[in-house]
Amino acid sequence: MRESGKEFSFNEDTEAMVQSTIAKYPKGWEASAVMPLLDLAQRQNHGWLSKEAIDYVSQRLNMPPIRVYEVATFYTMYNLEPIGKHHVEVCTNLPCWLRGSDDIVAACEKALNITMGETTEDKTFTLSHAECLGACVNAPMMQIDDEYYEDLDTASTISIIDALKAGKTPKNGSQSARFSCEPATGLTSLKHQEALLKSEGNGGSL
Amino acid sequence: MVNITIDKEKHDVEAGITVMQACEHVGIEIPRFCYHERLSIAGNCRMCLVDIERSPKPVASCAMPVAEGMVINTNTPDVHKMRKGVMEFLLINHPLDCPICDQGGECDLQDQAMGFGWDRSRYHENKRAVKDKDFGPLIKTTMTRCIHCTRCVRFATEIAGVPELGATGRGENTEIGTYIEKAISSELSGNMIDLCPVGALTNAPYAFHARSWELKKTESIDVMDALGSNIRVDARGPEVMRILPRLNDEVNEEWISDKTRFACDGLRRQRLDRPYVRKNGKLKEASWDSAFTTIAHFAQELKGDQIGAIAGDLADCESMTALKDLMTAMGTNNIDCRQDGAKLDSGIRASYLFNSTTPGIDRASAMLLIGANTRFDVPVLNARIRKRWTRGSCEIGYIGQQADLTYPVTHLGDGPAALKTLLNGRGPFAKVMRTAERPMIIIGSDAITRPDGAAVLALARQVAVKYEVVTSDWNGFNVLQRAASRVGGLDLGFVPGRGGLDVAGILSGAVDGSIKMVYLLGADEVDTTKFGNAFIIYQGHHGDAGAQRADVILPGAAYTEKNATYVNIDGRVQLTRLAVYPPGDAREDWTIIRALSEFTKHTLPYDNLRQLRARMVQLNSNFLNVDQAVPALWQDFGTEGHIKDTPFESKINNYYMTDPISRASETMAHCTEVFLRGEDRKTPANG
Repeated sequence: MRESGKEFSFNEDTEAMVQSTIAKYPKGWEASAVMPLLDLAQRQNHGWLSKEAIDYVSQRLNMPPIRVYEVATFYTMYNLEPIGKHHVEVCTNLPCWLRGSDDIVAACEKALNITMGETTEDKTFTLSHAECLGACVNAPMMQIDDEYYEDLDTASTISIIDALKAGKTPKNGSQSARFSCEPATGLTSLKHQEALLKSEGNGGSL
Repeated sequence: MVNITIDKEKHDVEAGITVMQACEHVGIEIPRFCYHERLSIAGNCRMCLVDIERSPKPVASCAMPVAEGMVINTNTPDVHKMRKGVMEFLLINHPLDCPICDQGGECDLQDQAMGFGWDRSRYHENKRAVKDKDFGPLIKTTMTRCIHCTRCVRFATEIAGVPELGATGRGENTEIGTYIEKAISSELSGNMIDLCPVGALTNAPYAFHARSWELKKTESIDVMDALGSNIRVDARGPEVMRILPRLNDEVNEEWISDKTRFACDGLRRQRLDRPYVRKNGKLKEASWDSAFTTIAHFAQELKGDQIGAIAGDLADCESMTALKDLMTAMGTNNIDCRQDGAKLDSGIRASYLFNSTTPGIDRASAMLLIGANTRFDVPVLNARIRKRWTRGSCEIGYIGQQADLTYPVTHLGDGPAALKTLLNGRGPFAKVMRTAERPMIIIGSDAITRPDGAAVLALARQVAVKYEVVTSDWNGFNVLQRAASRVGGLDLGFVPGRGGLDVAGILSGAVDGSIKMVYLLGADEVDTTKFGNAFIIYQGHHGDAGAQRADVILPGAAYTEKNATYVNIDGRVQLTRLAVYPPGDAREDWTIIRALSEFTKHTLPYDNLRQLRARMVQLNSNFLNVDQAVPALWQDFGTEGHIKDTPFESKINNYYMTDPISRASETMAHCTEVFLRGEDRKTPANG
């Protein structure tokens, strides 16, 4: 855990969200809000949690600091070191790996000119591994900030990163032709049955 | 009650207990690492797995409540296989360094690996290495050995009330620590060493000094504070190597304070091992004969009332009895055991005892602490108050200087004014006291050692009467003593007799010349610069303040070196046992006084411990009741009078050094540097 050397407190916008988050829990159980509050603190603090930010959250929730350190160090989603403006997290778990995540990692490394775990010199991108993000059906995939980019290949990966470099907002979700997680080879279920029914011409029950 | 079957035998057990407890009741031991009966249940070591019929998976017995009709198997091939498996997992990352580990020989992991482990490893991968943590000067850490049972984390959070430890990181990267470098700021931290089932946390001052099997174990009583914690003294040859707690739910449960545990190295330093006599202004070594002759020679010129005697904080009841009898024979009433000047009446036992007794804290429904910083006065008792507080519905009020007692208190004020407010039924705490079923008052030394202490005591008694603190089946009026010898001294009547002088009187008498001889029985906490030209006899075990001023030094025995009686705050009579012999020519204290009595021609009528103890029973029949706390009769006490409204000032400014033994201890000096002065604890000596 690092000290930023700067004092931390929630700004006006975050404060409103903090209030409504704490209000979700019964009185005396404010500590339940520790995870959302750490997340809000991380968002306000340019994507990482400084010691000051963690200590501030512990004070706000009246928790011993160590209890908050435990939470902050347990979850990989809390960054305890400063990171770039965009956090590129490539899934390298089994389904994505089988579908070619190695290529995606290589493409990212090439496009950003850094290796895994590093931050670009201009502090714009940080590249890291992610454990399964639950989008296996659209593997391989990566998450950049709050968005998923799925069905990647080398070209689409590079174009997404180039778009971000240019300050544009690339299209999120599947990068292939399909919509969401519909079958990659076109719709099959039910459609197939429809065709079957038509060809038999009975129009009746199954 | 529920009916369950354990290992094919039917048993009736209490509802609500866990499977592990049920097994324990019927005499079956379940191996465990993380479970500890005084801590919350964690269930993370998995060593206690048992097989429960119709349960698809093995069950962690420490966290599973018993249910009607449960069929539990603890001794099947399946269970053995589970245990072997868990053991193998625990050992994956545990180093095979038992030969260089201080825990070796008394290690839960080692023992259970012998019982349930494999005889070889199937792993070729490197073991995980974890950086050692700095827990301060008392606890040595070897975190690579840690198996993450979290007993230390739970102890710090739940019992000690200092939530500074935690498990950070995840999976293979989990580490136990404070995360930011800091020493554990608890007076009970040493108990984590006992709790640690492996060698991750070990006793730092004792490191590499001895193996557990070469130590002679003696069950004894602690005297570092007035609680009289039950301890085990581990000695090798003539040296006390370490002190461990003994289980006694009536006194210390199974905890001891850091001073109790770690001050024992003070027993080896600055010891008085031969008599000394001052000649031409310098202390010279002498024989017992010449020391006694010098005293007898000086005393025979004196009238009785020119002699005074003060008993110190570590004096045992036997020596106080002998000294009292000797002083009476010499014709003086100037004796006092209250060197802190406490205004306590030895005639009324209820006025100086912790009447509700220590276990009574568990039953209290509201507490009022008056000038009692329990955290530093008696840390183990403080943990018990904290335990009561954590169970809920017990508000605690506090009158005295602001202090962190490890539990929240309602601060009612600094001094006696707050007590008067409460007596008038005003203030926020009046309602709490009024509605509490069993209210408790704890009045500490800071309140009764003031010049107006007797009046404060009387005021506290009035408050006790007003709020019905004392009823037919509950006496919640408690005086918290700070010195191990105090209750015993008061029980024996080691206080000024008719027309006698108390400590302040003896001191001023010494200055104006009316007192010519003072006998200090281990009294080091009186102002030794104020004895004028009086002839000072110091009997004790350490070359502390008293010995420096003395004209004759009689070397006595420390609490680990004698069979002696102490009475704790509850009025519980407890016996210490000789673990090692006193060094050099030093002798058991009462025998010194008995020997001296022959030289002064007032031979005392007891030749052995049995006769002396019979004399103690004559003085107070309570000494018959060894290991019992006999309730005292509730009477009128305290003297009403003018009370100055100054704050109750804490006289302990350094918890780690309060008596000759802890002042001589290097470990305690180290603690003082780290915890009080906040100095860097990395001295060249400990790297």
